[in-house]
Amino acid sequence: MGLGPPRLHWRQLLANLKQLFRYRALISSLVARELKARYRGSVLGFFWSFINPLLLLVIYTVVFTVVLPGVHPPELEPYAVFMFCGILPWTWFSSSLLESSNVLVAGGNLIKKVLFPAEVLPIVTVLAGLVHFCLGLPILAAFLIYYRVPVTPTDLLWLPLIVAIQLVLTVGLALLLSALTVHFRDVRDLLANLLTLWFFATPIIYPITQAPERVRRLLNLNPFTHLVIAYQEVLFKSGPFMQGNRLLAVGAASLVVFVFGYFVFDRLRDTLAEEV
Amino acid sequence: MNAIEVRDVHKRYRRYGRRRQFATLKSALLSGSVLRDLRPDAVFEALKGVSFDVRSGKTLGIVGRNGSGKSTMLKLIAGIGKPTSGTVRVDGRVSALIELGAGFHPEISGRENVYINGMMLGLSRREIARRFDDIVRFAELDEFIEAPVKTYSSGMYMRLGFAVAINVDPDVLLVDEVLAVGDEAFTHKCLDKFADFRRRGRTVLLVTHSLDLVTRFCDEALWLDGGTVKAQGDPRRVVDAYLTNVAAAENRQLAADDASPKSQIPNPKSQGTDPGSRIPDPGEDLDMFKVSEGRWGSREVEITAVELVGASGDSSHMFQSGEGVEIRLRVRANQPVSDFAFGVGIFNAEGVCCYGTNTLIEGATAGELSGDGEVRFVIDKLDLVEGTYKLDVAVHRQNGVPYDYHRLLYTFRMKSALKEAGIFRPPHRWSFSGGVRITGL
Repeated sequence: MGLGPPRLHWRQLLANLKQLFRYRALISSLVARELKARYRGSVLGFFWSFINPLLLLVIYTVVFTVVLPGVHPPELEPYAVFMFCGILPWTWFSSSLLESSNVLVAGGNLIKKVLFPAEVLPIVTVLAGLVHFCLGLPILAAFLIYYRVPVTPTDLLWLPLIVAIQLVLTVGLALLLSALTVHFRDVRDLLANLLTLWFFATPIIYPITQAPERVRRLLNLNPFTHLVIAYQEVLFKSGPFMQGNRLLAVGAASLVVFVFGYFVFDRLRDTLAEEV
Repeated sequence: MNAIEVRDVHKRYRRYGRRRQFATLKSALLSGSVLRDLRPDAVFEALKGVSFDVRSGKTLGIVGRNGSGKSTMLKLIAGIGKPTSGTVRVDGRVSALIELGAGFHPEISGRENVYINGMMLGLSRREIARRFDDIVRFAELDEFIEAPVKTYSSGMYMRLGFAVAINVDPDVLLVDEVLAVGDEAFTHKCLDKFADFRRRGRTVLLVTHSLDLVTRFCDEALWLDGGTVKAQGDPRRVVDAYLTNVAAAENRQLAADDASPKSQIPNPKSQGTDPGSRIPDPGEDLDMFKVSEGRWGSREVEITAVELVGASGDSSHMFQSGEGVEIRLRVRANQPVSDFAFGVGIFNAEGVCCYGTNTLIEGATAGELSGDGEVRFVIDKLDLVEGTYKLDVAVHRQNGVPYDYHRLLYTFRMKSALKEAGIFRPPHRWSFSGGVRITGL
């Protein structure tokens, strides 16, 4: 891992990014394959992408209306739908990271035998997760309509931006984790625990307003906090969207994470074929 | 022009010691040794300064023992790895047949796998669509192309992988031992495809243990041994040198096995204490290349003189097409041998083997060879068209290791009143009937 002249290296990085763009047809085919292969052999097939979030939402509804009524502030009714606004993006985020941490090791044969940019693999994992996320949105919409949650239609315009920021953040982390796992196989196990901690350190199953002041300051350091609040504001809460500035800050941070992740991946690229 | 240029390439692999097995990210972070753990404890040098060129349109065969660096070299040329130092330059699109069907997903159909595999190899969706029918036809999978790949037999799987890779239509094709698998018919098909490649002026690089394939198929051969180039050049010659080396190593190993008393074997300490004695000394075999151009071998038996005799009974270098020709070899055994065979090969000016045979192929059993003797290869009618031809003669062991190989050392000319095309003139006549009227034949 000799350090080359930094300027040259950046140019190489850009060239690799450009090359990645040329592989977009492969990426989209691999995403389609991922989705098809996942449900191949099951009776309901593709409908599982809808049924899974639907069942999850039904379970939460039962738990929070029958088993534990009244543990949440009344303005967050129906609570299951409130939670679902955070769980849907979180599932995309966490499953993408878990899967992509393993993707290079699992695809080792490919990396050793075929010449193609290895970053395609973690990116495909994240994009397949995005498709599942998008398929969960209609279920959420159905419930929002059913419960007559007052959503401001203009707020929905923010949704693509929020999703884009999450995508950049997730891809950056996925690149970093996938390359690191090749060298340290225990990243995966460490990550599983870290993600559980991260889940509770994000206001998903509780509103951030219920957290004590001191804790709230800590929560604010978590970039995913702002993403989840943005989702909740757009999809669940009435009133104008107030998260614009924070969202842009998280967007900038996500870009930094992405560049860092890609940089590390690029640095370790040549060792991947030897180490997997 | 060179399609491949390899200049002083070194490739070092990191080898991690025992410590590494217990090094985890957690412990690496705790002890701050992340960067240190990313550094190797020891390095293994797979290639030690390899240089060679492959001219555009030529076929190069790489031979060598397991672990000699053949596959590493191929991967570097394919771009899957980078050399530690030195340069590898390849001109044009490369396709590597390293593992057929690497990246096929078992759950989806053959059709979808063809598209994805093709895109991984660098084709666009449109290019694959255009070649799709060819690919399916070559793989002989018309009925099964919509079935998931997991239902394929291993033969079908490979055929599909091969068909995709070959239809990338590369300028440079790299092949790593993929012909070892697959049935006879498919192997022939692959060879036909390679021949087609050669005809169209594409460059092929073949890594194989099938030496026969190298001598039959390659314009040139490269012998890698322990990460260095041991020999490069005429395939016949390189392969023979390699065979001699392997035989010598086996011999030494057998001798070493005999030398070690059996009683020591159960003692684990004595096992493998002296690996050096089993590894052949590379210096010894360099003698092979000091012999004059076109002649090599271990010389227990020598061919001392070669004579061509025509119908007149006199020594000659000029024959009429269809004339009877005798090839007379004078041989001398410097020590009595019982493992031997004689061989003869006739090549035209383009280097195409017109005919080759040896006593072994024809089913002869070697008795004994001692002192001086003469061998006559009698051709009743030499039906070659006009041109210049060269002769290979050899005496070698039955496993192919040469005692004395004379490569293209003898030249003769065939004369003919007629100027037909080709190489061989089968005995023939014309006959006409019905409305065809021709005279003069």
